[in-house]
Amino acid sequence: MEGLIHQIISGIATGGIYASVALALVMIYQATHHINFAQGEMATFSTYITLLFINMGMPYWVAFFAAVAVSFAAGVAIERILIRPMANAPVLSAVGVFVGLLLIVNSLSGWFFDFTIKQFPTPFPDKPLFGGFISGHQLGSTGVTVAVLVAVYLFFRHTSLGLAMRAAALNPVSSRLVGVRVGWMLALGWGLAAAIGSVAGCMVAPIVFLDPNMMAGILLYAFAGALLGGIDSPLGAVLGGFAVGIIENLGGAYLVGTELKLTLALVIIVTVLTIKPSGLLGRTVLSRV
Amino acid sequence: MPALLEAKGLHAAYGETKVLHGIDFTVEEGGVTALLGANGAGKTTTLRAICGMTRTQGSLTFAGQSILGRSTEDIVRLGVAHVPDGRGTFMELTVEENMRLGAYVRKDKAAVEADFERMFGYFPRLKERFRQQAGTLSGGEQQMLAISRALLLRPRLLLLDEPSFGLAPLIVKEIFGIMRRIRDEEKVSILLVEQNASLALAFAEDAYLLETGRIVVSGKAHEISKDESIRRSYLGY
Repeated sequence: MEGLIHQIISGIATGGIYASVALALVMIYQATHHINFAQGEMATFSTYITLLFINMGMPYWVAFFAAVAVSFAAGVAIERILIRPMANAPVLSAVGVFVGLLLIVNSLSGWFFDFTIKQFPTPFPDKPLFGGFISGHQLGSTGVTVAVLVAVYLFFRHTSLGLAMRAAALNPVSSRLVGVRVGWMLALGWGLAAAIGSVAGCMVAPIVFLDPNMMAGILLYAFAGALLGGIDSPLGAVLGGFAVGIIENLGGAYLVGTELKLTLALVIIVTVLTIKPSGLLGRTVLSRV
Repeated sequence: MPALLEAKGLHAAYGETKVLHGIDFTVEEGGVTALLGANGAGKTTTLRAICGMTRTQGSLTFAGQSILGRSTEDIVRLGVAHVPDGRGTFMELTVEENMRLGAYVRKDKAAVEADFERMFGYFPRLKERFRQQAGTLSGGEQQMLAISRALLLRPRLLLLDEPSFGLAPLIVKEIFGIMRRIRDEEKVSILLVEQNASLALAFAEDAYLLETGRIVVSGKAHEISKDESIRRSYLGY
């Protein structure tokens, strides 16, 4: 019983990471109807930037927020330079660009920061809490990811800019007619997604260690979470991310063992796509033909 | 007094397809101008050309400055509100959010709240449906929402694209009744596109008649509605 509770708590902690990345995926998907395959690699690169700042002598949290700001700017720049020209391109060309972006960012990580596995510090006390059920880092990182998710929710629900960003994604033509600068809203969306990825990367790196392929598996879990919750539903993606975190941990402990855990992500993806492609909270879009 | 909006030799095209072939028209400050014509005459395209939503050539001045080739967002910020064909509702958002978007570019947030109340004065049903998802509104309610969204910009020029489209005659009558109040109470000039010619001519002061991208008749609305040959050959009633 204790083992089960322990697994569920670990699942929630990693689920927070998946939820953040899933939310980043959904934000881009809602605006462009494409999956940003490079989301994970961008987050890894952001994590390296944080490490670079820390090694330059910055305190952890200063480096953390500086890297979030750099990631935001980089996300905006990527949208403006690479994605904007693809606005009217066929789906396959867009997929090509996203895969290319993945390879480029992955190689840049290795080129700048080399391919060896690095340790990444945690800002939280590294000792077991509450009778060993949860580690200091697990509790702290869950707190950070939940805070990010709540902040993103409040931003989109209760600010004029958040409303404009939602409107631009839902109905670009009408948005322009009320004066919303749709192009900039999409760029801001990319910036925000990159910033969220940066947080997720920094929170997961102390557990899985930092190397250029750090986020490859995490992106798969996050994608499974996003699909499970509904690829066009931000709330669904967040809940799906947490659910996948718990499923992964329980499955790994009692079902398939740690070596085959990643298969669970693929099983979830295939199951959702065959049984309920719109996900648990997603809308089924009907169109008359 | 110079006209609020003046088009001279206005051409518009979608890709290779030319729709407007050099039309001239004006919208007077404080007036209602109607743009009539059959399906495919270029009425909707004219409104889109004004808002920078098509490729355009010629000359287009709004309040003394050229708006030809400027972005839609910039033209809106100058005070041109557009109720597009199909109403342009943000279906997934609430009525409240739709209305807030209408006032998105305004900085005077306190006055926006007062304007909300004024809109409820015109369209009490929007107040009842305030927290409801806009996609659940009926066609007439969505038209009311679209007009409110446009007015919340506090525009100098209101472009209305077929407000009667797809609505029951009773609802059309109700909406045009309210539009008369809006015309008298708001400081806004209106360019109205309509297929329902008799309705539009009764509402407007000036009118233009479009046929396949060219203006074939222009003049005072009440004179056009009295001219039997125009009525027979173009307006069909």
